[in-house]
Amino acid sequence: MAKRVEATNVNAYYGSFKAIEDVNIVVEPKTVTALIGPSGCGKSTFLRSINRMHEVLPNARVEGTLTLDQENIYDKHVDVTAVRRLIGMVFQRPNPFPTMSIFDNVVAGLKLNGVNKKAVLQEAAEKSLRSANLWDEVKDRLDKPGAGLSGGQQQRLCIARTIAVEPQVVLMDEPCSALDPISTLAIEDLIFKLKDRFTIIIVTHNMQQAARVSDRTAFFSIERTGDPGRLIEYDDTQKIFSNPSVKKTEDYITGRFG
Amino acid sequence: MGDTPPRSVDASAGGPGAHSTRAAGAAASSDGPTDNNGRGGGSSLPRAKAFGAEPAFRGLTQASGIMVLVIIVAIAVFLISEAIPALRANQENFFTFNEWHAQSSDPRFGIAAIVFGTVLSAVIALVVAVPIALGIALFLSHYAHRRIATWLGFVIDLLAAVPSVVFGLWGRSVFIEPVRDFSVWLNHYFSWIPLFGGNGPFGNSILLGSLVLAIMVLPIVTSLSREVFMQTPKQNEEAALALGATKWEMVRTAVLPYGRPGVIAAVMLGLGRALGETIALAMTLGSSFIITANVIQNGGVTIASNIANGFGEADDIGRGALIASGLVLFTITLVVNMIARVIIYRRREFTDVAA
Repeated sequence: MAKRVEATNVNAYYGSFKAIEDVNIVVEPKTVTALIGPSGCGKSTFLRSINRMHEVLPNARVEGTLTLDQENIYDKHVDVTAVRRLIGMVFQRPNPFPTMSIFDNVVAGLKLNGVNKKAVLQEAAEKSLRSANLWDEVKDRLDKPGAGLSGGQQQRLCIARTIAVEPQVVLMDEPCSALDPISTLAIEDLIFKLKDRFTIIIVTHNMQQAARVSDRTAFFSIERTGDPGRLIEYDDTQKIFSNPSVKKTEDYITGRFG
Repeated sequence: MGDTPPRSVDASAGGPGAHSTRAAGAAASSDGPTDNNGRGGGSSLPRAKAFGAEPAFRGLTQASGIMVLVIIVAIAVFLISEAIPALRANQENFFTFNEWHAQSSDPRFGIAAIVFGTVLSAVIALVVAVPIALGIALFLSHYAHRRIATWLGFVIDLLAAVPSVVFGLWGRSVFIEPVRDFSVWLNHYFSWIPLFGGNGPFGNSILLGSLVLAIMVLPIVTSLSREVFMQTPKQNEEAALALGATKWEMVRTAVLPYGRPGVIAAVMLGLGRALGETIALAMTLGSSFIITANVIQNGGVTIASNIANGFGEADDIGRGALIASGLVLFTITLVVNMIARVIIYRRREFTDVAA
């Protein structure tokens, strides 16, 4: 259910602008890895290159090797849609499909995979919503629009939608930045629970959050505007937040920089 | 707070207090210290203006709104008063009779044939135009390279700028040739389908008129649909892609459902144009009052083309009769628009929260 993600010399570009340079990182299965760093340091870009969403933007491209259990996802024979099914993504702002009901939102990915049996869909929807700690709140109104839920509920709906297709890895791009503290706590509890089944990589600006939810932390930074972002330090979260080995990391974590 | 700016002084119109009499003149004057003698006694909050840009603009917009109503009512009253004498004189049932002999002596006319021709030609035009238009719109909004999209979009808009009389001329003298050949071919192989039966002559048919109409409707439906497709939130498109959707699946999951109300509106606008189109049809149709499902034989007439062809020579009764048929066209268009509204509003719960 969960696979290892390994990045080797990954560079990502927007046109001629190099956004990240030479990122090397290994993410073990069933762990939570937090990507932290100042704005514009390329952590979201790196996250989006893990499920090949980076290349969706015009003129954007990725160089280097990114493997999922030894298989290069950037191999030219690999089906990009299959990669995205294996590596799900939760976005910064909750983005349920506005024209769909709660139920249809959850099973949207399954329907794209050709699952159409009502019973299967219902079972999967309940399972995913329960996993996303949302079932009790929505079970009586599954046919209501997903966009009618509160922000926190919408984000959990999006998580349910992502895990409904049973991915190996779940990427989260600042999933709580648009949410209130209570909804944030709900999502953090959820991340902790999902760790048993998925490899989770989360981008966050909130250092307490990184410290609370992650096992490992990767610190990204840039020298100055216009330079590519680099991975400065990658270690156990506890070590990063108590005794980082790079001065820059310490400066950032203690708030002296960024 | 003591030194309230002078402009707040103009505000005491209708205001409570001893100085209400100066309200009328106060708008222009900026004299005097702060008027603190109002009921609020001692309050120095600025007063609301009675005569200023705000109420003036409000009045202006209100007047424009009322003007529309007045114009519509005036037109309706005029049309109905013109139509009634002709309808009284009519010897046949206005709704079921299918011929048009509207003159002062022995007037016999009915709208059966022209309504049938109107609806049939508009429906065929839409059946042909809408799928093509949606295809072009999707291509422009999601598939084409930006340069090509801009250029092609410009060409489409250009198509919308061609006057309908030019389409009519082109239809009756150029486009008729391929359509006639096509009709003969259809007739040869598919004459067992009532639509394509008959013994000719072919050419100046409902088919020709509908195809010309389709070309005229195409740019409207295309550019409106393109607009709504382009407004699909990026985050919804990315959500679909991140679930492993191909581009077409992404379009089906995110773009088409989001654009649905807009597409319906676009189609209805196109239908409105098709129903009301006059001169192009007057020039391409063969003008016969026979109600038939055959679309390739010479013939066909619509409400608008009938008016264009007949109005010049009509006497009072004839003109009244044509106006009556115009009212029918107006009603049809109104009903179509109302149906469109119902369709759009039915899923309002979903589209509202989407906004």
